[in-house]
Amino acid sequence: MRKWGLLAAALGLTLAACGGETTTTAGGDGGGTATAGGRLDVVKNRGQLICGVDGGIPGFSFVDESGTYSGLDVDVCKAVAAAVLGDAEAVEYRRLDSTERFTALSGGEVDMLSRNTTWTISRDTSVGLEFAPTTFFDGQGMLVRADSGIETLEDFAGQAVCVETGTTTELNLTDQMRQLGVEFEPVVFQDADAAYAAYDEGRCEGMTSDKSQLVARRSTLPNPDEHVLLEVTMSKEPLGPVTTNNDSGWFDVVKWVTYGLIQAEEFGITSENVGTFEGTENPDIARFLGQEGTLGTDMGLPNDFMVQVITQVGNYGEVYERNVGADSEFALERGQNALWSEGGLMYSPPFR
Amino acid sequence: MAHDSGSRSFNLKVMLRDERFWKIAFQVITLVVVFLLLSFFLSNLNRNLIQMGRAFGFSFLRNPAGFSIGESLIRYRPNDPYWRALTVGLGNTLTLVAAGIALTTLLGTAAGVASFSKNWLVHKISRAYVGLVRNIPLLLQLFFWYFAIFGMLPNPANQIGVLGLAFLNNRGVYIPWASSAVLAVLGIAATVGAAIAAFYLWQWRTKIRIETGVGGQKQSIALAVLGLVWLAIIVFGMNWTIPEGIEGGGVTGGLRLSREYVAALTALVFYTSAFVAEIVRAGIQSVSKGQWEAARSLGLHAGIVMRLVVFPQALRVIIPPMNSEYMNLTKNTSLAFAIAFPEMYSVSTTTYNQTGRPVEVFVVLMATYLILCLLITLVMNQFNRAVQFKER
Repeated sequence: MRKWGLLAAALGLTLAACGGETTTTAGGDGGGTATAGGRLDVVKNRGQLICGVDGGIPGFSFVDESGTYSGLDVDVCKAVAAAVLGDAEAVEYRRLDSTERFTALSGGEVDMLSRNTTWTISRDTSVGLEFAPTTFFDGQGMLVRADSGIETLEDFAGQAVCVETGTTTELNLTDQMRQLGVEFEPVVFQDADAAYAAYDEGRCEGMTSDKSQLVARRSTLPNPDEHVLLEVTMSKEPLGPVTTNNDSGWFDVVKWVTYGLIQAEEFGITSENVGTFEGTENPDIARFLGQEGTLGTDMGLPNDFMVQVITQVGNYGEVYERNVGADSEFALERGQNALWSEGGLMYSPPFR
Repeated sequence: MAHDSGSRSFNLKVMLRDERFWKIAFQVITLVVVFLLLSFFLSNLNRNLIQMGRAFGFSFLRNPAGFSIGESLIRYRPNDPYWRALTVGLGNTLTLVAAGIALTTLLGTAAGVASFSKNWLVHKISRAYVGLVRNIPLLLQLFFWYFAIFGMLPNPANQIGVLGLAFLNNRGVYIPWASSAVLAVLGIAATVGAAIAAFYLWQWRTKIRIETGVGGQKQSIALAVLGLVWLAIIVFGMNWTIPEGIEGGGVTGGLRLSREYVAALTALVFYTSAFVAEIVRAGIQSVSKGQWEAARSLGLHAGIVMRLVVFPQALRVIIPPMNSEYMNLTKNTSLAFAIAFPEMYSVSTTTYNQTGRPVEVFVVLMATYLILCLLITLVMNQFNRAVQFKER
């Protein structure tokens, strides 16, 4: 009797294996790494956007005690959800650390990343990612204790620097120190929280990361006033949303929603006044807001997708000021992140 | 004719009732299932890699790594290739494994034997240690040692000196060490060689004394000379450098064990030793009470009974599960990446993140741990053969 049971189990397994194969093949196509519009359809059918964020950086993506996410990166997720689904809150956030993020994205676990990811050529080509426009131009900085006496990178000879693994900062730090001929000790952490904790209790003289992140993290240290940023910028760090290769339909959506945030600020359209542009005479704005032409439907979105985005999330300037700018505790200047017309780098190609 | 062919012809009913048929059939089915599952997963992997436009291959290992590693046994510069970075990680893993296995054996055996102590305090400490450490996850213990114990040491400016020989601060532990790596290796080799020679000399001496009832003086003298030579090599041959504190903080000379290494080693040793202690305790308890009583009735005192009668018999039970504990320790070293020790797993995660090749890197990683564990099994099987009951 027992043998017959075993036989049945084995047969069952075989059938399950075959069955599994067919369903997964179908799922693979539906999971959409290949065909145009694949991931867009997946998101629409699901009725929810799955967005990979950091979740630990105040101002960019931070989850508070009540479980609510906020920040500049989070607002980009919301903007995409508003454009695709008409609801900025239809987002499921996944917290990813710096080593998990690309695997999670290329494995289809998340639809997009909006997670302080630096745009580099090797990530764009060999890692197989697509970078949407930069939402924050940053540079790598170094946080030190004010009383440490360290003023330049040369002072790090023989000293330890805490850094998060799997980031461009880890590589830039090595490059900079090699160039200066400074022998230093890297202490590489998998987890940003552990890295900042080790820096805080004195394992390292310095903590290096993107400047914006250092400023944001400094606010969470026990005595923020005891730490200063060095007057040095080690690299260019253009941070923006990311999707995978070979799904240009979905990439277009993320790209143009991000551009839309910038374009809206250039047009002077805010969440407050977007209603007043109803029936506008300006043909550019009419196209942008979907009152004329088919810019939205051509992408597979509702034609008024930018109206949804601006009403629910705001334009880029509003997003910036609310999260990291004047209206936030960090009060970062716009600097490079101002519009091109005001001396910054934020520039959207025309919507036509 | 008809009758003949009928009996030889294929008979389904008979075959289905034949046990031999089913024995073969089950093996064939198992093989097919395993093959189907494997080919499904491999073709799935292959299809997805092709979709992402990436071919499976290891040529990326020759590209320059570009990241720096905190500590290394071999010379490593950031523009060295990835395979060399991975080798550095493997070297760091091996130092953790080697020191871990040695210390775990000592501490675990001591704790296991201590649980039989007649001394109330020693007995209770042993039991409390096992009860506490065995029931807390290793990752937690790693963070505990790293942040709560070694993190609470003073900064280099206020470092603690130990008899002027060693220093402790929140960067690491500084101990006296041979002035060059070659000398250090020679010193370790001399120690191991002397230990093996002493073991055989001791056995020879015992054999002579058993066979003749007297003698063995020559062997005793040889043992003493061996010990003196070893001591001389270690004390004078190593060209020791003693760490010295610098004014205003910091240490020069000696060997620096980084805080990451010390914390990882301590956590691994304390954790694994608790399991080893239980294995040793079980092994000793497995020796029947009669053996104790017989030895005692010969007039041997408790220490000798344990060393000469009980423990050798207990080894038969102890060695096989010790193999698993050593393998666990080896595999658990990968958790040290959480406290920033640059071991194999830590370097691998950086590598796959920078290259976008998780599959290839994990294949290398799995193969490495597999080989390490198989080597341990090989050695432990030799030990096992040596202590097993020999039928004469």
